[in-house]
Amino acid sequence: MSPVFSNLLAQPGVALAAEAAVKIAVVIVVLMGMVAYTVLAERRICALIQDRLGPNRVGAFGLLQPIADSFKLLLKENVLPGHVNRFWYVLAPTIAMAPPLLTLAVIPFGNTLAGFNLVIADLDVGVLWIFSIASLGVYGIVLAGWASNSKYPFLGGMRSAAQLISYEVPMGLSVVSVFLLVGSLKLSNVVAYQAGTWLIFKAPLAFLIFLVSAFAETNRLPFDLPEAEQELVGGYNTEYGQMKFALFFLAEYANMIVASALIVTLFFGGWQVPFVRVEAFGPILAGALGVAAFFVKLLAFIVFFIWVRWTLPRFRYDQLMRLGWRVLLPLALLNIVATALALALKLRA
Amino acid sequence: MPLVVPRPNLTWWEKLYLPAFWKGFLVTARHFVRMLFGRRDRRVVLEYPEQKRVLKKGYRGAPTLVRDQDGREKCVSCQLCEFICPPRAIKIWPEEIPANDLHAKVEKRPLRFEIDMLRCIYCQLCEEVCPEMAIFLRDDYSLTGTSRAELLHDKEKLLEMGGVMQDGILKWNKK
Ligand code: SF4
Ligand code: SF4
Repeated sequence: MSPVFSNLLAQPGVALAAEAAVKIAVVIVVLMGMVAYTVLAERRICALIQDRLGPNRVGAFGLLQPIADSFKLLLKENVLPGHVNRFWYVLAPTIAMAPPLLTLAVIPFGNTLAGFNLVIADLDVGVLWIFSIASLGVYGIVLAGWASNSKYPFLGGMRSAAQLISYEVPMGLSVVSVFLLVGSLKLSNVVAYQAGTWLIFKAPLAFLIFLVSAFAETNRLPFDLPEAEQELVGGYNTEYGQMKFALFFLAEYANMIVASALIVTLFFGGWQVPFVRVEAFGPILAGALGVAAFFVKLLAFIVFFIWVRWTLPRFRYDQLMRLGWRVLLPLALLNIVATALALALKLRA
Repeated sequence: MPLVVPRPNLTWWEKLYLPAFWKGFLVTARHFVRMLFGRRDRRVVLEYPEQKRVLKKGYRGAPTLVRDQDGREKCVSCQLCEFICPPRAIKIWPEEIPANDLHAKVEKRPLRFEIDMLRCIYCQLCEEVCPEMAIFLRDDYSLTGTSRAELLHDKEKLLEMGGVMQDGILKWNKK
């Protein structure tokens, strides 16, 4: 290493930036790999559920399928339909892809490894950041629907806007009870709080509401009304093709992974390893085990997301709205009141 | 009379939908596990190029020309199939059979006989219309080629695909 470079690294700000850059690179690469293989997992699992086989030709067990698919999508001709609003049409997929990447920044995927905190940015307002960024995701879909200038994407975009607004509310309210318990919005504190018991056991109702809302927020079945192939052709992405379509597709899966990561962090103890005192194994192994625990839980949730998709039929639009506003919202409010009362009584005692 | 399906009266437990969800999960999980370990015979797909579906009798595959057991190509070049073929896939160039030929009394045979498999819609009308029972749709399916010329079946190819069809009457021998 040249002296200039090491001097540069000695500056505190630069070292911090370098550390963050490395973490960002690693997280993005891992996320993109996971997205690609989640798509494959989805295809194989749904095939097995439907007594089929799924893609099994490219590489052993079809493991190279995602690579073949991405080559196909990248090499496709770039078609721009004549009737679209070009600027927004091209911009929309990018906007859809950005939020999951941004939200991932605050999710701790491990404790510490070799002296590094395993989270890109441990913000004090971690969860507020997630909610504010995640709600931007709807812009991508609404813009896509609007800019496509055709009826089915438009309907998809409108539905998406209504759906996301409706479910953002119970989702936000459901985590309030979590933060009443933890007393901090910082996600690393939330994870540290769950060293003993996971929060799912302390706030099961909040978990249920959060889970249902997460499905709605990620546009996954049974709430995939913005896509709804059978009614809307392809929904908001009907007019899209090639890599632009792929971006929407990837965004859906990235959203799913981020939602799973968030559920794991908030309710399933994040990187906490259950039943085992990992500190006994020394810092390096303990850190690695933490990361492994996080990923195992994450994968379990991704499989759960896929399983739900191939089990439950889609809700009707009015049922969706009724569930959001007349069931989940009052439940979430009730949950907050109950949690607050319980905490207050405990403080008294 | 329209059939009126009465709305079921759901109990509050059923209205929660969670029991129904649970049952659904069990169903899909059962299929998943069964496909993963054992009972693979239940699967609804074939590993196509290696395994092929066993065709039922009467399957309409590629049209072919046949010979009778004496080795005579049965087509007499009447061109009825050419006329009836809806997408005009068949093209025939007739020819007179020379007098010194074994089958001279049949008088006509096709010089060239082409079926464009890129046009054929496997409707079987050619087989139905043929007065000589000379053209049959056989089992060949999934015809693929790398060029248009490859999928233009000529007489040799059609006769080869068709093979011999036993003829119980052999009407030309009785004339
Ligand atoms: S099967 Fe139908 S389309 Fe094909 S050659 Fe015969 S008549 Fe023509
Ligand atoms: S195949 Fe049959 S219908 Fe067609 S030209 Fe020959 S004899 Fe006539």
